[in-house]
Amino acid sequence: MAEIRSYTMNFGPQHPAAHGVLRLVLEMDGEVVQKADPHIGLLHRATEKLAESKPFNQSIGYMDRLDYVSMMCNEHAYVMAIEKLLGVQVPERAQYIRVMFDEITRILNHLMWLGAHGLDIGAMTMFLYCFREREDLMDCYEAVSGTRMHATYYRPGGVYRDLPDSMPKYQPSRFRSQKDIDRLNEKRSGSLLDFIDDFTARFPACVDEYETLLTDNRIWKQRTVNIGVVSPERALNLGFTGPMLRGSGLAWDLRKKQAYEVYDRLDFDIPVGTNGDCYDRYLVRVEEMRQSNRIIKQCVDWLRSNPGPVMMGDHKVVPPAREEMKGDMESLIHHFKLFTEGYCVPDGEAYAAVEAPKGEFGIYLVSDGANKPYRLKCRAPGFPHLAALEEMVSGHMLADVVAVIGTADIVFGEIDR
Amino acid sequence: MSEQLEQQASALAARFGDTLLRVESRCGELTFELPSQSLVTTCRALRDEPEWRYEQLIDLTGVDYLDYGRVEWNTQSATSGGFSRGVSRANDARLHTEERRFAVVYHLLSVGHNRRLRLRCWCEPGEPPLLDSVVEVWKAADWYEREAFDLFGILFRGHPDLRRILTDYGFVGHPFRKDFPLIGNVEVRYDAEKGRVVYEPVAIEPRTLVPRVIREDNRYEAALKDPARKDAGHG
Repeated sequence: MAEIRSYTMNFGPQHPAAHGVLRLVLEMDGEVVQKADPHIGLLHRATEKLAESKPFNQSIGYMDRLDYVSMMCNEHAYVMAIEKLLGVQVPERAQYIRVMFDEITRILNHLMWLGAHGLDIGAMTMFLYCFREREDLMDCYEAVSGTRMHATYYRPGGVYRDLPDSMPKYQPSRFRSQKDIDRLNEKRSGSLLDFIDDFTARFPACVDEYETLLTDNRIWKQRTVNIGVVSPERALNLGFTGPMLRGSGLAWDLRKKQAYEVYDRLDFDIPVGTNGDCYDRYLVRVEEMRQSNRIIKQCVDWLRSNPGPVMMGDHKVVPPAREEMKGDMESLIHHFKLFTEGYCVPDGEAYAAVEAPKGEFGIYLVSDGANKPYRLKCRAPGFPHLAALEEMVSGHMLADVVAVIGTADIVFGEIDR
Repeated sequence: MSEQLEQQASALAARFGDTLLRVESRCGELTFELPSQSLVTTCRALRDEPEWRYEQLIDLTGVDYLDYGRVEWNTQSATSGGFSRGVSRANDARLHTEERRFAVVYHLLSVGHNRRLRLRCWCEPGEPPLLDSVVEVWKAADWYEREAFDLFGILFRGHPDLRRILTDYGFVGHPFRKDFPLIGNVEVRYDAEKGRVVYEPVAIEPRTLVPRVIREDNRYEAALKDPARKDAGHG
């Protein structure tokens, strides 16, 4: 009987390591991958087409659902694109709040990535550790916007509201003893800024904990060192951004190079890898968490001492306060116009990009002067990363495919859009 | 910032001459239009020549200009039929001639020089719209061009593997074209009798919650924005 060595294998779309709904058609020679053809689009919701049918502000919520583990960064790029076309300036306090929440989002994203990546290649404990801290940051989201994930907090012209003076607290329940609840609520007695401040104080020790588990772990290194190596030239040609590019040794970070909001006033470093393998990208992301923590701390200090408006006062774009509306005819008209028709954005095109946790998240917005976008294109960082999967896994073993998918930080919300 | 931009624009104009046609931008961005026949050579030059070094294709996207500047609801006459029936569905009149319907927009980034550039290339007219592929220049274009093909039906000449990417297997049509309805053409459900998923024409009606309007807004008039000219006007 002739021995058939090459065969085709279906990986996903219902596979725990496929990070959602990735379907991979793998051509295998024994256990070595010859070709990989990712089939995407199983989560395609036509966000961009939907946005064309709605006034600008109604699509902010869709942005959260693109990359659903770095919600506010997506919103940020979208509102920045609108602000660019409108030519408006955001109040300084709102800029600091945005930067602070961008960095909270970055930690959220990297924790999710670290936990899931660890789980994929055998480090089960990581998931539990990471979700412990994620929970606290989710509470920050909740405190400021009322929801734990899909915040819709950034608005063109600022942020929806100022930081609250109190944190949401755990309520008595029959599943928890009073002692537990008191312990959980202990750090939540002050304002949101107190809570975040406390978080920044204890978070570096948590990162140390993760590193103790992984950085010098023999198994972790065996699974990641020299896996999915990408040279810097190749990374550029493939359209890599973010940690995928920095892992290959290029110190490119939009927060430094094309600083937006107040990043140019903050002190932080850009970690860079040397070999461009999965292990370097892991190190880069872990260090990024520490740097984000530094940025958050600086923002907290600034925000404590600088009260002020968080939304600009132009009521042609930003709705007036509700109590104003009750007594003032003009505010009522503004309110009515904004919530029935929205505002018209002058015609033109703009591209606004932020350094999202996964790389450059950009919004290309074409407006023809109407109250809805003419064309909206989301430049998702994960899209070119996944497109390069074949190049990264050819010649590796099947188990390494999982490591490479993990290292690319794939989230299907943004890839399929 | 804008001075740098102007310098870069004049340098590009000096090198590429008539090939690149500047498009004005209010947002401090550099946009050029270029003819489709010189697309690949220009892109290669932009990537390789040390002066430009646009190593990265950040984004590539199709745009359908069919309804550009068209409003759905004119308030000149009141409608007796109510809000959503006052909306006229698009595409009964075409503002854009067929030659200038589809464009592909390229966003380039030079990591070395820390510069961005946007190129717009109008597709060759006809159905399907045609354009040369830039996969040979930037590998990143591979999936982006597949996406533009899938959503807009733009064919890229020389693309190694132009398959649909985001839509369903066996999908008909190009959903991001402006004449493709938002609600789609078909819906799927599981048919218990046949024991499989079946496709049927959509059962819902299209509706418009907020009509598309363009307001004359003098806040964005160039004459009013420019403080020098504003003063002159008042004085």
